[in-house]
Amino acid sequence: MSGKGRHLRRQTRVPLERVGKYIWRIPRKYKSGMRVPGIVFADEDLLKKMTTDRTLEQCANIAHLPGIYKHAITLPDGHEGYGFPIGGVAATDYEEGVISPGGVGYDINCGVRLLTTNLSEADVRPKLAELTNTIFSKVPCGLGSRRKDFRLTPQELDRLAAEGVQWIVDQGLGWPEDIKHCEEEGCMKAANPDKVSTTARNRGLTQIGTLGSGNHFLEIQKVDKIYNSQVAKTFGIKHEGQVTAMIHCGSRGYGHQICSDYLRIMERAVHKYKIELPDRELACAPGTSKEAEDYYQAMSCAVNYAFSNRQAITHWVRQSFEQVFKKPAEEFGLSLVYDVAHNIAKNDEHKVNEHTRKVWIHRKGATRAFGPEHMEVPADYRAVGQPVIIPGSMGTGSWVLVGTPKAMEVSFGSTAHGAGRMMSRTAAKRRFWGGDVKKALEQRGIIVKAASQVILAEEADLAYKSVDRVVEVSDKIGIATRVARLAPLSVVKG
Amino acid sequence: MKKRFEFLEHTADAYIAAYGESLEEAFENAALATFEVMTDIGKVKPETGDLVEVEAHDECALLYSWLEELLIKFETTNNIYCRFKISNLEETPAGLKLKAKIWGEPFNPEKHLQKVGVKAVTYHRMEIVRKPMAVTVRFILDI
Repeated sequence: MSGKGRHLRRQTRVPLERVGKYIWRIPRKYKSGMRVPGIVFADEDLLKKMTTDRTLEQCANIAHLPGIYKHAITLPDGHEGYGFPIGGVAATDYEEGVISPGGVGYDINCGVRLLTTNLSEADVRPKLAELTNTIFSKVPCGLGSRRKDFRLTPQELDRLAAEGVQWIVDQGLGWPEDIKHCEEEGCMKAANPDKVSTTARNRGLTQIGTLGSGNHFLEIQKVDKIYNSQVAKTFGIKHEGQVTAMIHCGSRGYGHQICSDYLRIMERAVHKYKIELPDRELACAPGTSKEAEDYYQAMSCAVNYAFSNRQAITHWVRQSFEQVFKKPAEEFGLSLVYDVAHNIAKNDEHKVNEHTRKVWIHRKGATRAFGPEHMEVPADYRAVGQPVIIPGSMGTGSWVLVGTPKAMEVSFGSTAHGAGRMMSRTAAKRRFWGGDVKKALEQRGIIVKAASQVILAEEADLAYKSVDRVVEVSDKIGIATRVARLAPLSVVKG
Repeated sequence: MKKRFEFLEHTADAYIAAYGESLEEAFENAALATFEVMTDIGKVKPETGDLVEVEAHDECALLYSWLEELLIKFETTNNIYCRFKISNLEETPAGLKLKAKIWGEPFNPEKHLQKVGVKAVTYHRMEIVRKPMAVTVRFILDI
């Protein structure tokens, strides 16, 4: 009766041409509306998984976007999304092209930041449980979580949206040097809170300073292995066993509502500007239109909200270290390596056929990976390239990579952003039980504090692809190369 | 008892089929399923009532707006809902309009099971299939 099978096994038969060991092309002739070919970066196993859902079809679909340059990209962690595949990149001409909210997604500026400490595992281990519990109590997470101690007025929310991390630091929640170590220095200047609906603001007000649920997490980690010691040192990663902290979350209901509001506006724009698209979720507007300008200004608010959220959470992590180890946070280092967005659209300049073009770059589940000497890379790192931070699934490793000139050539300065699910949430719940997942992690010395047992089962590491493999493909192609692998000591989860 | 909804296989998110004899009933069951993603709705008491009104240009857009409005209610009032009654569904110049009464209680993590939060409703693979006395709606929630 459900027609389940019919919907499950709709295998895609998207044609692929192999152009390199890890590079595959979806020819432009596959669909008459494709303006450029699709390019998929994957090894055979990762590619095989992509053929079981609509990832490749979606890659071909984004090649339809007006004004798209060179190729539609699917990264090694690519999987089926909405309109865009997750792990998708598209660059469209600033004037002749379009901007699509689907190329950013609902969780605008879902991203990750990494802090280093001068502590080693042996220093932290005796107090690890206390530290994890303290963080869990200071950083609300899980369903319906909200803060009591950090409430904003609607006017303050608008300032946060307009000014980003600087505003949060001005409130005393951070250090001035944090700002320079964020993508965009923690603030997209285009942000205009007047373009954000009251509903989005109301959702944003209740959730600021919270982690959320699903795949979002906060981890205390250690440096497991250093692959490039010179670059690692530049990033503040000095030795194996060094303790780090990672924060993974996004723009909460504020960003989700902005995406949804503008999808409606873009649907009307598609009719108004007579844009032909293969999928409703690719709704978009010409780059120079009022609709595009409004979306970009509202999206920038959500980007700033997410940067600010991670900044505020950083403050509570530092506070937790102070409380547990009874010393000022500065004495532990706890400096910000980098904060990087995984879901974002913005204006970049890229070389296309020897010409420098201003583009709308869409990164949906993708990390910017700018190489050395790029002016957008913080001065401290400009000689080596931008830090790329790729979180793994719960209980597995996470990675620090570095952006490369090759990424500028082949992937519009982008690489993968995570592991990507392999097993559905339903299947994971059938197969695992939250308590067992927790126990298994604890047997490996990893402490887990989770708001939900159900999420522990859904987020079991076996439900995900191997992040190590995704990173290996990125490294082998050279679109971001390995610097260090991080291993979790404890996990705080929604 | 007849099946009101079920969870279908989807790699990353929640893929739901909800059933009803009418469009109204299928929409009510879609709402139940959405809250079942987030909690065990069997543990939620229908203590406080609220009214919801949404308008959209077609049936899919109406389903999207209906479920989105419920998410907004949950996030802004902190009430979690377990009972939904669509009292009126009518055609308007702009398309379709739905009025409903919903019941629930304040979300309390000590009493209510915490499952995964829903970020958004999507149009991806959304479909409304009508047969005589049997309406099926399918949709995906972004987790």
